[in-house]
Amino acid sequence: MKSLDKLLPGEKGLIVEFETANLPLKLIEMGCLPGNEVELLYLAPFNDPMYLKVDGTYIAIRKDLASQILIDPII
Amino acid sequence: MTKFINVALIGNPNTGKTSLFNKLTGLNQKVGNYPGITVEKKEGKCVLDRMSNAHLIDLPGTYSINASSIDESIVLELLMNKNNRDYPDVAIIVTDVENLKRNLLLFTQIKDLNIPSILAINMSDRMDKKGIKIDVDLLEKKLDTKVILISVRENIGIENLKESLLNYRGLSKSNCFNLKNIDLEYFENLQNIFPNEPLYKLWLVITQDTNFGEIDRNKIKNSEGFSTYPYKKIKRIQQRETIKRYQKINDILKLTYTIDIKRATDLRSRIDRVLIHKFWGYVIFFLLLLLIFQSIYDWSSYPMDFIDSTFASLSEGVKNYFPPGIFTNLLSEGIISGIGGVIIFIPQISFLFLFISILEESGYMSRVVFLMDRGLRKFGLSGKSVIPLISGTACAIPAVMATRNIENWKERLITILVTPFTTCSARLPVYLIIIALVIPDQRWMGMSIQAITLMSLYLLGFITALISSSILTKFLKITHKTYFVVELPDYKMPLLENVLINVIEKVKAFVFEAGKIILSISIILWGLASYGPGENFKNAEQIVKQDPRFSGRSSETLDYEIGSFKLEHSYIGIMGKSITPIISPLGYDWKIGIALITSFAAREVFVGTLATIYSVGQENELTIKEKMKSELKANGQPMFDLPTGISLLLFYAFAMQCMSTLAIVRRETNSWKWPLLQLASMTIIAYLAALIAYQTLS
Repeated sequence: MKSLDKLLPGEKGLIVEFETANLPLKLIEMGCLPGNEVELLYLAPFNDPMYLKVDGTYIAIRKDLASQILIDPII
Repeated sequence: MTKFINVALIGNPNTGKTSLFNKLTGLNQKVGNYPGITVEKKEGKCVLDRMSNAHLIDLPGTYSINASSIDESIVLELLMNKNNRDYPDVAIIVTDVENLKRNLLLFTQIKDLNIPSILAINMSDRMDKKGIKIDVDLLEKKLDTKVILISVRENIGIENLKESLLNYRGLSKSNCFNLKNIDLEYFENLQNIFPNEPLYKLWLVITQDTNFGEIDRNKIKNSEGFSTYPYKKIKRIQQRETIKRYQKINDILKLTYTIDIKRATDLRSRIDRVLIHKFWGYVIFFLLLLLIFQSIYDWSSYPMDFIDSTFASLSEGVKNYFPPGIFTNLLSEGIISGIGGVIIFIPQISFLFLFISILEESGYMSRVVFLMDRGLRKFGLSGKSVIPLISGTACAIPAVMATRNIENWKERLITILVTPFTTCSARLPVYLIIIALVIPDQRWMGMSIQAITLMSLYLLGFITALISSSILTKFLKITHKTYFVVELPDYKMPLLENVLINVIEKVKAFVFEAGKIILSISIILWGLASYGPGENFKNAEQIVKQDPRFSGRSSETLDYEIGSFKLEHSYIGIMGKSITPIISPLGYDWKIGIALITSFAAREVFVGTLATIYSVGQENELTIKEKMKSELKANGQPMFDLPTGISLLLFYAFAMQCMSTLAIVRRETNSWKWPLLQLASMTIIAYLAALIAYQTLS
């Protein structure tokens, strides 16, 4: 298990759980739910923000937000 | 009698909701503001049949009814208030066929407010290509509503949709999701307080920050037999609710939606690999900027010259046609020039928004946001501030209007406040003439020093904008709960219709909103320059004609001298003289003072005013530049020497010498507070910079 911001481009993981109740609801609403697959497609220059594919949709989030999401890496 | 059905268009961003709105209403739409805030309110009319019209409202795009920005709270506020004039009889939830799952979240929320809801699945023409199949009948049964496959692009399903609107009374108002499944006791108690209200609505009253007149939050909190949970627990229930809603949606989609992954094209990743490449991504963005610049700077100069000369001859024509007098002067020099001063910006605004809406519609803009976010974050800006900052080098007015895409109010406000520091094209005439006067025409390492000076002034503008935004970030106490979550939509061919409607909207907003203010200030400035107190102004003609210095000169020269004399003794001239004590430490005399005041209307007026004051005529063949060169200070030094020149350059680099920008900032922030703050702080910075420059150099 590691946090989402540690993912490398091309790697995938399953979202495990959220660390806090402070995590914006918006993120869950965009499909970042426990059990969903998340893939890091690209990193922006200077390695932030992250371009993710989550449950069929494509979103970009900053690393500080990603660090609050835990994932199980899929090898 | 015609019957009006209130219809709300609701949907995620990038689902083609506005395209559908444009399709249904055509140009039959009007854009206003929601009271008190600057979010655009788009409404329109659509004829359904002989007896009924639909009154459509295009609500801002949102992913959920839980509000996290001003845009989103508008959706919430409307749907929570049955007494609102625009409360929908029926809602159309516009979804995108490829993102049905996420789109359905919003659908279930709206339906749980017991609003009849039609599900319109847009871009259905892409289903074959993407290998998507939908069992519409079963989906209708599971969601208990009307489901229509549409394609705005291919004009599919639109008539069907209109028909369903007519029959909206037959739609079910049943709930999608039962909150009691999460916490039976809590929600049963909640329902008991208002047995006749939808439970979900009561839940939203508890969870949202906004207050809604209709149901009093305190009444819920103080009810017997109901004790609400602490904040953190409510947050957790909200998260659980969303997860449960998704589970239900997944269950439904398993039965009704299939996608053949092999058929999915790889267009996105192929384009993305280039457009967000660590090197090529920037190169392409830079080239696009060059193109946009070229259009704003260069292409729009043709229509602008045309507008300029048309209004000049119109003004001249009015003067010749009507008998001379106050009203003729007011009409030709005040009103017509003032209107011309508004119209002249239309080409630049049109070109900028033409490009911006193409870039947005195609999906490229969110990639730019992705590329630039990191770099700009350091200064308290966001990836979305790029376009305003860059377009500010053409003109701050369209640039300020372009900040609307920034959802976070703090980042948007800061962008609006710092954009006028970037070097706009109106500064250019001032820069060019002063550089030519005070910077030696020499080369340094093969490069012209004058060109280097000009470039430094552009750089200075950018750097000041960035520095001031990092300062503002620290001092502006605005907490705004938005997080940087940007959707990266599929690439699409922009729809011409949408692009054009967007350009027309932006032009209209400028002409009618900012235009009013610009016109009134032009008329005031005209009045101040055309009238003056005392005998000197009244008898200007005789005084100049009797002046021995001008005896024997042609009548044309005399006219110029009279104009100059009148300006000197007009109200504005007196104002210019009265500010001399303030501006003389900057190295300016009263003549420059007058030009500073008149150029408040627009910076480029500076040169024109000096031309009038120095009464540049054709006869003596002195151009304005030569005339300025020969001006002397009291001590016999040239007026425009290096210290005064640099001081002027810096003053114009920093000062908010543009009433049109103030007017548009007033419109975009909906308050005089911000433009006045901008005016005050920029003027102070300009004054101090000019003061320090002059005092150290002289």
